[in-house]
Amino acid sequence: MNKISISAFVSGLIFSFGLLLSGMANPEKVLGFLDIMGAWDPSLALVMGGAIAVGLPLFTLAKRRQTSVLGAPMQLPSKREVDRRLVLGSLAFGIGWGLAGFCPGPGIVATGALQFGAVIFTLSMVAGMWIFHMLELRKHSAA
Amino acid sequence: MTIDWNAFTPYTALGGGVLIGLASAWLILMNGRVAGISGILGGVLDGAKGDRGWRVAFILGLLAGPAIWGLFHTLPAIDIRASTPMLVAAGLLVGVGTRYAAGCTSGHGVCGLSRLSPRSLAATMTFMASGFATVYVVRHLLGA
Repeated sequence: MNKISISAFVSGLIFSFGLLLSGMANPEKVLGFLDIMGAWDPSLALVMGGAIAVGLPLFTLAKRRQTSVLGAPMQLPSKREVDRRLVLGSLAFGIGWGLAGFCPGPGIVATGALQFGAVIFTLSMVAGMWIFHMLELRKHSAA
Repeated sequence: MTIDWNAFTPYTALGGGVLIGLASAWLILMNGRVAGISGILGGVLDGAKGDRGWRVAFILGLLAGPAIWGLFHTLPAIDIRASTPMLVAAGLLVGVGTRYAAGCTSGHGVCGLSRLSPRSLAATMTFMASGFATVYVVRHLLGA
């Protein structure tokens, strides 16, 4: 294991603890947030608020760097325009999120907690990503 | 709209959010990478050679979280009520959708908004609106 991988593992682990502590690994809690017309649980808004409050200053710092602390190139997205892929993809993602209460991170964390339903969700999500991958390959080979 | 004060957990939500923010900041500052979980996982499938190791390590960190947490504390409840066909449909939609959108709740919602990216703001508003609408239809129109 090199330093880059160990560092990525640590980040994933802290991320996992954050999802567990906040209750966001629990789909019923996420659905409680998405159910704005029912008994609404605003917790998810505070999770995002807390994350962004920490993220804003530290990402601003990251933007000023040429290389990372471990010497890797800084790979910050540069695209700014909103296109059809972004909007339609987000629409589909939101529907899936609302159906089960899982987005990618919590699905993987709940899989780590050996929840059968989460394993089903995560394998299906990987299959969905694979479908995207194949469609992109076909598009590029056709072009 | 009525707030469910019994379900609302402001302190653990904020604390967990801070941890998520720290984990994301860690990955960008140490590795120069955005902690977008759909992108990290999707990149394992179509990633270039030599670009897979850190991705797999990050996912392993996510997976190891509950076991390591469990050494010190009881795990918080994970209550999954969706049926198996629903979980399959949800997984497929989340997988395809996040890859076309180039991000999910972490990449757009946390990292993107922290970078003040207009794309991420548009994505976050779109998947939130579509999530709200879906739960409204499922819970209040279909009464599931």
